[in-house]
Amino acid sequence: MGLKQKLESGGFAVTAEMAPPKGTDFKRFKECALAVKGMVDAVNVTDFQSAVVRASSLGAATILLEEGLEPVMQITGRDRNRIAIQGELLSAGALGIKNVLALTGDHPSFGDNPQAKGVFEMDSVNILQVAEILMSGKDLAGNDLSGAPDFYLGASVTPVYDPMELQLMKMKKKIQAGARFFQTQAVFDIELFKKFKDAMGDIDTKILVGIIPLKSPGMANYMNKNVPGIFVPDEIIERLRKSQDKVKEGLKIAAEFINELRRQELCDGVHIMAIGAEENVPTLLEMCDLESAA
Amino acid sequence: MVITQPKPFSEILKFLDGKKNIFITGCSLCATSCMTGGEKEILDMSQKLREEGKKVTGYAVLDPSCNKLQARATLKKQKQALDSSDAILCMACGDGVQTVAGLVNIPVYPANDTMFIGEVERIGHFSEACRACGRCELGWTAGICPITRCAKSLLNGPCGGSRDGKCEVNPENDCAWVLIYKRLKESNELGKFMEIKSPKDYSKAANPRRVIVGK
Ligand code: SF4
Ligand code: SF4
Repeated sequence: MGLKQKLESGGFAVTAEMAPPKGTDFKRFKECALAVKGMVDAVNVTDFQSAVVRASSLGAATILLEEGLEPVMQITGRDRNRIAIQGELLSAGALGIKNVLALTGDHPSFGDNPQAKGVFEMDSVNILQVAEILMSGKDLAGNDLSGAPDFYLGASVTPVYDPMELQLMKMKKKIQAGARFFQTQAVFDIELFKKFKDAMGDIDTKILVGIIPLKSPGMANYMNKNVPGIFVPDEIIERLRKSQDKVKEGLKIAAEFINELRRQELCDGVHIMAIGAEENVPTLLEMCDLESAA
Repeated sequence: MVITQPKPFSEILKFLDGKKNIFITGCSLCATSCMTGGEKEILDMSQKLREEGKKVTGYAVLDPSCNKLQARATLKKQKQALDSSDAILCMACGDGVQTVAGLVNIPVYPANDTMFIGEVERIGHFSEACRACGRCELGWTAGICPITRCAKSLLNGPCGGSRDGKCEVNPENDCAWVLIYKRLKESNELGKFMEIKSPKDYSKAANPRRVIVGK
């Protein structure tokens, strides 16, 4: 079953995120992907995440397809104008990539080539909009296409955001533009997520809650300080501090959180971002009460 | 106003390498306000050039440097000094430099870096608020320019990166979209925000641009 069928039939979907390698050696990327094969519904490939030069998401998504995994191709507006975005989406469609996640993109100043000119001609809403237009057989300027792609479109949302009304308005715009599912920024506090769900009101879409397995109290503190929209509660940091094997404790915390989300039926799935520790994802999934995806 | 900053003197000296007799032009408007090309700065520059063994053949504060007819008339009066000059050092914005360069047949070098169209917050404090995109969006953005004041020029609302109302790119700046949201909300105009904005028509900003009034 693919991601779309899973979500649209009311199942609980699991996606995992992987960054393409910096270089041409895809060995570790493939190993980590194959290790979660059958355990996840799809694997996200990031698009020059944090504005760092790497292999592209289209290339990595194609390699996932070859390995028999379903990709979610992330695409941002940072590095491409409307011509390149449309071309990238057409190539993705032709290669058999079904899921596309549209993002605005981090500013180049955060990356490893900070001298770069950010393009940002299209934001996340525009990318969704243009993907829908391509699916209708036209390009953005209204020209006919020979063959149209068919995508299941996704976007991101930050559940902890002030002002919340503004975040929800943008979310609605993304839905209006074509987003069918959302992967959220990492959440650690179930009460905060419930607040977000309440604020969502009658917004009808599929939500995959972002999960980052913590590796140390330092990592949690760093994210609290530096990553917008991330809030790790003190109790969790304390639990990590007291534990012997911090990585294992982090996985345990993540698994408990996933199980709780599922038990309370708060979301349609989870999106695991292991950021550099992808080899731990199978262990995490084994710790959760999930039926296998395949 | 066009905001300029002085180039490092070492860079200016490199331009003037091998040129002995230098004529200096300034500008009565923006560069004077920016303290990069008024009479005072011209005199300071003359002094520094002399210390480097250059001869300053004369100077003129063009009124302003970007007005071709005015600049031509002023420079005409300086014919003698210009005839004995090897180069002009122009202390104006990039436009002013090009206007002067189009009027003379000796090399013209810029003394300033041209930064942006800006607002004078107070003396010596300038901020950028308009990038001359060619099709003004201010009518629906509560008078706050998303093209300029959002670090990503976003048109459909904020990115996920704003924090406590500040921009992720530079926390010293307010997130333009949080500002726009607050102001639209105050004036009961949030509906304007919900309309999806298609990508901007950048053909309106294809340079070089030209405007002829009446056409
Ligand atoms: S939208 Fe912004 S950049 Fe464009 S003309 Fe208006 S103020 Fe200037
Ligand atoms: S934080 Fe706000 S101002 Fe900064 S790039 Fe994002 S939307 Fe634009």
